[in-house]
Amino acid sequence: MSDYEAVIGLEIHVQLATATKMFCGCELSFGEPPNTRTCAVCLGLPGSLPVANARAVHLGLTIGLALGSQLAPRSIFHRKNYFYPDLPKGYQISQYDEPLCRGGRLGEVRIHRVHLEEDAAKLIHVGSSGRIHGSGASIVDFNRGGTPLAEIVTEPDLRSPEQASEWLKLLRTTLRQLGVSDVNMEEGSLRCDANISLREPGTSELGVKTELKNMNSFRFIERGIRAEIARQGSVLSEGGQVLQETLHFDPGSGAITSLRSKEEAHDYRYFPEPDLLPVAIDDGMIEAARSAMSELPAERAGRFVKIGLSAETAHQLAFRGELGDYFEEALAADVEPAAQPQALANWIVGELPGRLDDGEDPAGSRVQARALALLVGLVQAKRVSVGAGRQVLDTLVAEGGDPLAIVEAEGLAAMDSDDELAGVVAAALAANADAAERVREGNAKAIGPIVGHVMRETKGRADGTEVARLVNEQLGV
Amino acid sequence: MLELSARGAAAAIAAGSLSRGELFDAYRARAAADRAAAGDGLNCFTWVAERAPGEDSGAPLQGVPLAVKDLFCTAGVPSQSGSRILEGYEPPYTATVVSRLTGAGASLLGKTNQDEFAMGSSNENSAFGVVRNPWDRERVPGGSSGGSAAAVAAGLTPWALGTDTGGSIRQPAALCGIVGLKPTYGSVSRYGMIAFASSLDQAGPLTRDVGDAALLLRHMVGRDACDATSLEFPQQIELPTAERLDGMRLGVPEELTGEGIEPGVLQAFRHTLEQAQELGAEVQSAHLPHAPHALSAYYVIAPAEASSNLARFDGVRYGFRAEGASDLLDMYTRTRHDGFGAEVKRRIMLGTYALSSGYYDAYYGRAQRVRTKISEDFRTAFQSVDFIVTPTSPTVAFRLGERTGEPLSMYLSDYCTVPMSLAGIPAISIPCGLSEGLPVGFQIAGPAFSENRLLAAAHALEQAIGFDGGAARG
Repeated sequence: MSDYEAVIGLEIHVQLATATKMFCGCELSFGEPPNTRTCAVCLGLPGSLPVANARAVHLGLTIGLALGSQLAPRSIFHRKNYFYPDLPKGYQISQYDEPLCRGGRLGEVRIHRVHLEEDAAKLIHVGSSGRIHGSGASIVDFNRGGTPLAEIVTEPDLRSPEQASEWLKLLRTTLRQLGVSDVNMEEGSLRCDANISLREPGTSELGVKTELKNMNSFRFIERGIRAEIARQGSVLSEGGQVLQETLHFDPGSGAITSLRSKEEAHDYRYFPEPDLLPVAIDDGMIEAARSAMSELPAERAGRFVKIGLSAETAHQLAFRGELGDYFEEALAADVEPAAQPQALANWIVGELPGRLDDGEDPAGSRVQARALALLVGLVQAKRVSVGAGRQVLDTLVAEGGDPLAIVEAEGLAAMDSDDELAGVVAAALAANADAAERVREGNAKAIGPIVGHVMRETKGRADGTEVARLVNEQLGV
Repeated sequence: MLELSARGAAAAIAAGSLSRGELFDAYRARAAADRAAAGDGLNCFTWVAERAPGEDSGAPLQGVPLAVKDLFCTAGVPSQSGSRILEGYEPPYTATVVSRLTGAGASLLGKTNQDEFAMGSSNENSAFGVVRNPWDRERVPGGSSGGSAAAVAAGLTPWALGTDTGGSIRQPAALCGIVGLKPTYGSVSRYGMIAFASSLDQAGPLTRDVGDAALLLRHMVGRDACDATSLEFPQQIELPTAERLDGMRLGVPEELTGEGIEPGVLQAFRHTLEQAQELGAEVQSAHLPHAPHALSAYYVIAPAEASSNLARFDGVRYGFRAEGASDLLDMYTRTRHDGFGAEVKRRIMLGTYALSSGYYDAYYGRAQRVRTKISEDFRTAFQSVDFIVTPTSPTVAFRLGERTGEPLSMYLSDYCTVPMSLAGIPAISIPCGLSEGLPVGFQIAGPAFSENRLLAAAHALEQAIGFDGGAARG
């Protein structure tokens, strides 16, 4: 399978953070008892009519602006017709050939379109299969039915499962920062389908694609795509042909099963929704979306570069908004000695996340932004060595508190006197005579055990660069 | 008391010379007798209110009873659009237009029979059975608002609410010798009307005279926040008083007044044109070059929308569900097979086909282009005439069963009414005489929101014609 290049596009459904549903006045549901957030409209009762939610249009425009899409001055709702018990009207109101937004880009991935639609209701199948076939009964909860969704469709610009997952995280951060959605995958407010095909590297033609449905965590997306790439790879390697079909990935078993083939694909019989007028966008609506929008990740990254961060660090901070917020708070703390922005950022994207739970917001941890700023300031002023600084951070993560107090209590202050350090170095050379000999003979890498010895002896208080300098000096290298 | 017009009755109640309770009881007795007789009577009513409404509300319609087509949702009252698939269905809410009218003082007298989901021109496609024409019980009342039209004509109600998609108010009004008005699309809320074809459906009054149509319409129109396609009516609907048609230019489109129109109907129509001229109107010929294609376009657009609108009737949540299904698809199939009548299934299949992948442009797309052309035809015509006038129906009421085996000949009943529906413009049918002892309807159509002028012209003509519908009221 390594012979093939994977071509991946994503379709992301985002539940919009409106107060009410897409086409009726029902409040959005957050775990209320089943069928308590419903009305004639979202139940599809005879005679009921939809009215488009202006707030959802506003949020859709906000997404379009953030992704640099073209906003259609006039877009149209269509009916997508198919029968299923979670679809009370027998059609979903969606958008078809005239979506709200077209084009755009986020990071390295081009956006194909963004459109608005309504969510389906939730089906619960009673019985062991968990699917409608073979279940004794199926129960419908219409609370979710009619929730506004933005569907974001990318161009097939992704090339690996890891890249897809990373990019999706970037999109999630962007959407969260825009405030358009809760973007909570576990609760289903962000759902992702992936279109996957393989081709010979260096060719530009697209292979036959399959669609992997409804993956609800970053891990599953990565695993699902990886499994499907492997499956397609072995089909092609054996001289077979990939069939165009819609697939389901079972994260429990890792199995990929077919939901329907191309022949079984629905003919959705799209036609313009006659119960709704076209959505006409005017300058006022665009201006409202623009002004309600907080700083976009790309703009923020640009600002970080201007205060001296590398492009890469700026990007990392800007696209994980919570890290960016924490960085700005630390920067504003005005500590003495002051931390340089790049050094501070390095600790925030490098040292801190590894010590927190995966994805945890540092603002919610015990490490106060001001404390981290002071710690980095102390390290930069060489009042605490890098190694000792890491120990201080461990303590901050575990217990919180003030770095100076921790340095004091744990005796982690950098060694002021070169004489004292020179003595420890001399002792280390004596204890590691073989290594010292190799260093003298020009093997610079052999210095490791010696430095390690010094660090152990000094509990990490020594500055690594200074130790190396003293070793070389004492060995006459 | 039963000979009073609806506005006459309202005025008498307001003046204290008539009791609203007595009036209601008198109509209730007639409606209930019709309901009880079912197929042995005219079969106009599918449900009749039990009790008279409370005493004097002071509202303008003064408790005058109102019959409402079955497809209007009425809370807690059976509303099944003439279909078995909504057997026993009682909606939890009331249609906006019905709420407006009861809010204005109308009393719900009962629900009226109709063609299933408003699909039909004879009221022979109903789960409640056929409706008979009070002028001749062996003949159809027209459709789809056949129950409403026959009930008004027979004096079982002072007036009634109907809906018109391609002629469903005007054609039965013509065949029953009463007044029927299809308002401008968007002027009356569709919220709570069980949909047939959303881009065409429009509620309107069926009344004994033009004045009553104006009064009922006055309390129907207006923007409804629940219907995105509804609009505020630009003026109040006035009660018409015009006696003359001086300076009015009536355009007679060759395309809708030639071949296919019965001689008797054409004769009554021409006689009415002469009366119009005597009132000062100028009669000239007009052109609607695309009108002959209207029926074809209509029978693509309306079934296409219907195929989608009727998808919700799947047996899952309400109404009829077939027994003994083995799985989900089987339940859908059996429920819809047994729950829908033949004409409804025919149109669902037509519409599904027209929207199918690969056929959309050839059918639905082309039909929409024809629709645009027809609208343009009317716009052009209204630059040189004030109104377009035609016979409402090419024929008088036909015999029960005469066309049930020939859908195409049935569809031709709407030949003269469908173009206005596609253009979304208002049109009224007034009785203009008899042919072979059966009523003939005269249709007047005007530009969008011209209802006040339309009603004024219809009123002047009505006075000159002096049609007497008393015979049907028995």
